[in-house]
Amino acid sequence: MVLVYTSSPEGQLKKSAFEAVTFGHKTAQQLGTEVVALTIGNVNNAGVLGQYGAAKVLNVAGADSFDSGSHAAIIAQVANQIGANVVVMPDDSTGKSLLGRVAVRLDAGSVSSVKSVPDTGAGFVVQKNVFSGKAIAAYNISSDKKVLSIAGNTFPPEVVGADVAVEAASVDVPANRVRVKEVNTVKGTVPLPEAELVVSAGRGMKDPGNWGIIDELAEILGATTACSRPVADVGWRPHHEHVGQTGVAIRPNLYIAIGISGAIQHLAGVNQSKTIVVINKDPEAPFFKAADYGIVGDLFDVVPRLNEAIKKFKAAN
Amino acid sequence: MKLLVCVSKTPDTTTKISFTDNDTALNTQGVQYIMNPYDEWYALVRALELKEAAGGTVTIINVGPADNDTVIRKGLAIGADDAIRIDTAGGSAYFVARQIAEQAKVGAYDMVFFGKETIDYNGSQIGAMVAEMLEMPFISYATKMDMNGNTATIARDIEGGQEIVEVDTPFALSAAKGLAEQRIPNMRGIMMAKRKPLNVVAPIEVSDKVSVASYTLPPAKQDCRYIDAENMDELVNLLHSEAKVI
Ligand SMILES: Cc1cc2nc3c(=O)[nH]c(=O)nc-3n(C[C@H](O)[C@H](O)[C@H](O)COP(=O)(O)OP(=O)(O)OC[C@H]3O[C@@H](n4cnc5c(N)ncnc54)[C@H](O)[C@@H]3O)c2cc1C
Ligand SMILES: Nc1ncnc2c1ncn2[C@@H]1O[C@H](COP(=O)(O)O)[C@@H](O)[C@H]1O
Repeated sequence: MVLVYTSSPEGQLKKSAFEAVTFGHKTAQQLGTEVVALTIGNVNNAGVLGQYGAAKVLNVAGADSFDSGSHAAIIAQVANQIGANVVVMPDDSTGKSLLGRVAVRLDAGSVSSVKSVPDTGAGFVVQKNVFSGKAIAAYNISSDKKVLSIAGNTFPPEVVGADVAVEAASVDVPANRVRVKEVNTVKGTVPLPEAELVVSAGRGMKDPGNWGIIDELAEILGATTACSRPVADVGWRPHHEHVGQTGVAIRPNLYIAIGISGAIQHLAGVNQSKTIVVINKDPEAPFFKAADYGIVGDLFDVVPRLNEAIKKFKAAN
Repeated sequence: MKLLVCVSKTPDTTTKISFTDNDTALNTQGVQYIMNPYDEWYALVRALELKEAAGGTVTIINVGPADNDTVIRKGLAIGADDAIRIDTAGGSAYFVARQIAEQAKVGAYDMVFFGKETIDYNGSQIGAMVAEMLEMPFISYATKMDMNGNTATIARDIEGGQEIVEVDTPFALSAAKGLAEQRIPNMRGIMMAKRKPLNVVAPIEVSDKVSVASYTLPPAKQDCRYIDAENMDELVNLLHSEAKVI
């Protein structure tokens, strides 16, 4: 059996949940078994996970607020109850605190941020990016049980079935030792790690008052905004927008980098993007080496022109 | 308070990566090693600040061979009181976590600090593993932490924002940017570090469950296609019909 833990911030399933179930479904098919999805706490519309291949959706009531200790205990109990050999979770803020804990509880081998469906031809081999995207490692897991977290924006959700009923799972729910006091998230936009389209700007913007053209571009594209580190450091942009080695690592379908030089530490967080567009007035900017499309020009001319072109395109399509 | 900071040694970010032994091992020729930045700048410095504010000791721990002593001495020069090195070539995340947990149990620490990830294998696993082995609460990606008696208030990064949590000692956390500011070791620190205890201990036996089968380099990026700055319609068309992203 394959068990997929789906995180559900504020009771809502996100794309990462559908991606994880899609991955679980593909893995289960390879292993000739089924996938069971697990939700914890009060979750809206969890039956929808059936559409992505969950044969069954289990819910553990209580434990609404996140504590890696109690959630890991719940996941491990459910895994044992259903006889799961493979446990899958998203590589998000919950997965990053749970993966190691669940692996220890189940005495399982674990790999984080997996980017390939397991190759079960010889052993159980999964790939993951290492050295900040400069290489790919293939890991073989030799234990009976395996725990994996999967990279975001890597396994597009696929609808393969219909909604299923949600069943209550009965486990001991340990008391939380971590007390969640506040959850402060931006509302109305897709959080960066989940965004398919990202518009990012750096020091080339000169002044925080110039961000209007960036916000406009993001709005007409339906994109999420990001920034380089110096821009967040001086407070021009909020800290959670900072991408790169020390910030958020993302892999959107489209990353538009505006007035960003493309330092290696910046690239480390964005080089997995599927398509990269670079707008920079310096033809020697290192970012062009990582770009799919490059525009050499003054961003204060280019971006407004790009905004007009996209508006025209959106109106016609 | 007794504080333990787990530090690892990694190739510098700007290192050119290549492999040997039939693509199963990193080619260490010419590789510049550093202390993992999250461990050095954020985890270690925040631990030192807590000690300076409320007293106690800061111990650093590393699982690795004698070569790692330079990195450990740097941690001592920045201000840690003593160090433990578990003398082994290393292994999987689980292997390293078991070694750390074994020593941490003996020391009965109030807090165990990790970096959010190592910048080489980007595992982000060891902190959670050790926390589970020690049955401690674990807070990942901490960007701010204040102590009040035995209770910590911690901000941690979550998708699109942050979460504020409270937890009592003992606990473990992983450090992200924001938790503290980098400190440069001074001459006095470097001199003193030479006399601070660095205890080398033997590893315990742990069988690995995960191993690297092979490494590959990502496919070479195609050359950038330049588009005339006057012609944004062309860019939009390419993004739509060629890249298929809008
Ligand atoms: C250990 C370490 C970790 C780091 N982590 C990160 C990280 O996570 N993320 C990160 O981003 N950085 C990180 N950095 C910093 C990184 O090295 C760079 O300094 C930073 O990314 C540069 O930001 P920038 O490109 O916005 O600014 P700059 O390097 O100043 O580049 C500005 C660019 O804008 C262009 N420009 C200027 N005016 C215009 C105009 N009118 N039109 C068009 N283009 C224009 C310039 O040609 C230039 O290329 C890290 C550094 C270190 C040492
Ligand atoms: N060999 C090691 N010795 C001591 N601590 C380590 C070692 N490797 C990793 N760590 C710690 O575990 C954290 C997370 O590492 P990782 O799970 O490998 O990304 C690092 O930031 C360190 O704090």
